[in-house]
Amino acid sequence: MLKTFHIGGVHPNDNKITADAPIEVFPILDKVYISMAQHLGAPATPVVAKGDKVKVGDVIGEPAGFISGYVHASVSGTVTAVEPMKDLAGKLVMHVVIAVEGDEWRPEIDRSSDIVRDIKLSKEEILDKIKLSGIVGLGGATFPTHVKLSPPPGKKAEFLILNGAECEPYVTADDRIMREQSEQIFIGGKIMLKALGIERGFVGIEENKKAAIAQMKETGKKYPELEVIILKKKYPQGGEKQLIEAITGRRVPSLGLPIDVGVVVQNVGTALAVYEAIQKNKPLVESVVTVTGQCISQQRNLSLRVGTSFSQILDAIGGIPKDAAKFISGGPMMGKAVSNIDASVLKGTSAFLMLTEEQTKRKEEINCVRCAKCIEACPMGLEPWLLNKLSRARRYDDLEKEKIYDCIECGCCLYTCPSNIPLLDIIRISKAEVTRIMRSRPKK
Amino acid sequence: MSIVLFTIICLSVIGLLLAIILYVVSKKFHVEEDPRIEIVEALLPGANCGGCGFTGCHAFAQSAVESPSLDGHFCPVGGNDTMAKVASALGQEVKVQQKMVAVVRCNGTFDNREKSNYFDGYKSCKVALSLYAGETNCRYGCAGFGDCVEVCAFDAIHVDPKTGIPEVDQDKCTACGACVKACPQSLIELRAAGPKNRRVCVSCRNMDKGALTRKACKVGCIGCGKCAKVCPFGAIKIENNLAYIDFNLCKLCKKCVDECPTGAIEAVNFPIKVPKSATTLETPQTQAPQPKVATPIEQKENNSKE
Repeated sequence: MLKTFHIGGVHPNDNKITADAPIEVFPILDKVYISMAQHLGAPATPVVAKGDKVKVGDVIGEPAGFISGYVHASVSGTVTAVEPMKDLAGKLVMHVVIAVEGDEWRPEIDRSSDIVRDIKLSKEEILDKIKLSGIVGLGGATFPTHVKLSPPPGKKAEFLILNGAECEPYVTADDRIMREQSEQIFIGGKIMLKALGIERGFVGIEENKKAAIAQMKETGKKYPELEVIILKKKYPQGGEKQLIEAITGRRVPSLGLPIDVGVVVQNVGTALAVYEAIQKNKPLVESVVTVTGQCISQQRNLSLRVGTSFSQILDAIGGIPKDAAKFISGGPMMGKAVSNIDASVLKGTSAFLMLTEEQTKRKEEINCVRCAKCIEACPMGLEPWLLNKLSRARRYDDLEKEKIYDCIECGCCLYTCPSNIPLLDIIRISKAEVTRIMRSRPKK
Repeated sequence: MSIVLFTIICLSVIGLLLAIILYVVSKKFHVEEDPRIEIVEALLPGANCGGCGFTGCHAFAQSAVESPSLDGHFCPVGGNDTMAKVASALGQEVKVQQKMVAVVRCNGTFDNREKSNYFDGYKSCKVALSLYAGETNCRYGCAGFGDCVEVCAFDAIHVDPKTGIPEVDQDKCTACGACVKACPQSLIELRAAGPKNRRVCVSCRNMDKGALTRKACKVGCIGCGKCAKVCPFGAIKIENNLAYIDFNLCKLCKKCVDECPTGAIEAVNFPIKVPKSATTLETPQTQAPQPKVATPIEQKENNSKE
């Protein structure tokens, strides 16, 4: 019996079209637009000005708070503008625009493909370097990694879990890096184990990635401290809380964090980035993006410089596809719709998905038939139909009793609803309202 | 037959017993309440809309009776008439307040503001705007899904399907402020209705720099400050690239309307100016100065015809 989480979950068609397409290095174009909001928390403060010359790896943004991160130049050239520009949701975010001139890297960055296995740095040095390299969680939430690797006082990590579940349909970025750079991922995992001061970890991979599992198991023989666990295919297995339950059987308490049950979860992409930062001195300036969708002919896995715009990718695949009606950054379940194609690729961008009108069109909402499918599907054990009803009546106190704050916004309820009720749309709004009310209360 | 009789007797006895219990309880646990509260409450509209700032009409009446003066008590729905009645019932005085009306400060109609994308999710402004900046390039403008329409208890606001912007029915609007709270873009403001319902207002909330605003909308306020300079009463302030007209200072001279380069300032319900030379040429029907809701565009067109 393969391991999985026990409550809820859905089984969307996985559509991993690009699973067998090797990662291609996307050419560097004339300009990049690097957003200062590459991570969760406060956007970085730009430290370059118009006219400055930068090399790949130069710091262009410094953290503006505890939960924030460094941003580095992903190309070499001249800074042509430091100004607010629209991000993929049309909101203004500070961007640094760099006109490309050649491809000159900082001298300390080791660009050879040799694998460096010895971990020389101490725990503190590792954490410091991860911070300086601007590494963020590449699973989607882009939470600064150094914060996650420093458990708050009084809490102790027992296990590290490397998340290779990649349960989102279409996306194959993690699958590809596990096949192509498995040893680097294990070394990255070892570095993180050292940073946490623990001995044991797991790598969770869903069963549908056969080649990646074989490759990781093979490489894993040399790294007994990180055990590869094969998981049953079920969405949202890649969710932190679901993955912890699937692998360790522990359930993260309501309003708690994984560290409360002694677990730290990191994406395999993050492990690779950590390896490159610690062993190769390379900050996070590249991102593996799956460009996919049934409406395009050239579905590919691309290794892009951070700051390449979506329109530049579209130009490279031959313009906007005819049938494309919706662009999504990330997977179809939790990805964000791209309303502005001039927005750029961020560190945490895992996919650029194009869907046709037929695939995205929402059907007309009809009455709830009390079939309870949403309850069955919710991986957090909530009752989405009830949350929807209470939300429409704005009964925030009752919503709090129903633990709306536990919602992970995975979209299983919306996916499964036969009446096409926009459950998640409505729940998300009242979740924000309820958490706002809870935060505004004086702390005891 | 006996079953029917038995049932009737049973129910009557239960009913009687319960009536006695209710009577005893209501006598025993009677709460002394100021009888004036009931009188004042009867004078109020009973909409329980919360526009006065209290939780409902009863709470308003209670507070009005208990507080020494009527300052801070104003029923926007009933208006000055109701307040005069309340004041006379309580033997107090109340200041006459000017009539207010809800004003939607966005003129980003389909013609003025091009759509850059379509929102496919749940049709609610709050939902759409929590996800992204909206269907157009203006991130401050009206989303047009009608969250304000939903909360209006008086059927006074409707989204015009031709423009996509909510229109307020002045006669029905009671200025309760429900739509003001509902609008996630804070576009709706309660403004003085003005003499003969005439008023001047900056119909824009875009705080971006001029160039960005221009790209997003034809009639956006670019914060150029021309209106503030031309205003003889100092009623216009420019803050964050946006002009705001203080309706308490505005004397409706309309100088700013003529000065505004983008047409962001809207003058409402003024009779359309007909130049003297044109009067003699045009037929009498068209030039009758009917008060009409005039958008700046119509006025500009009129001016250009001169």
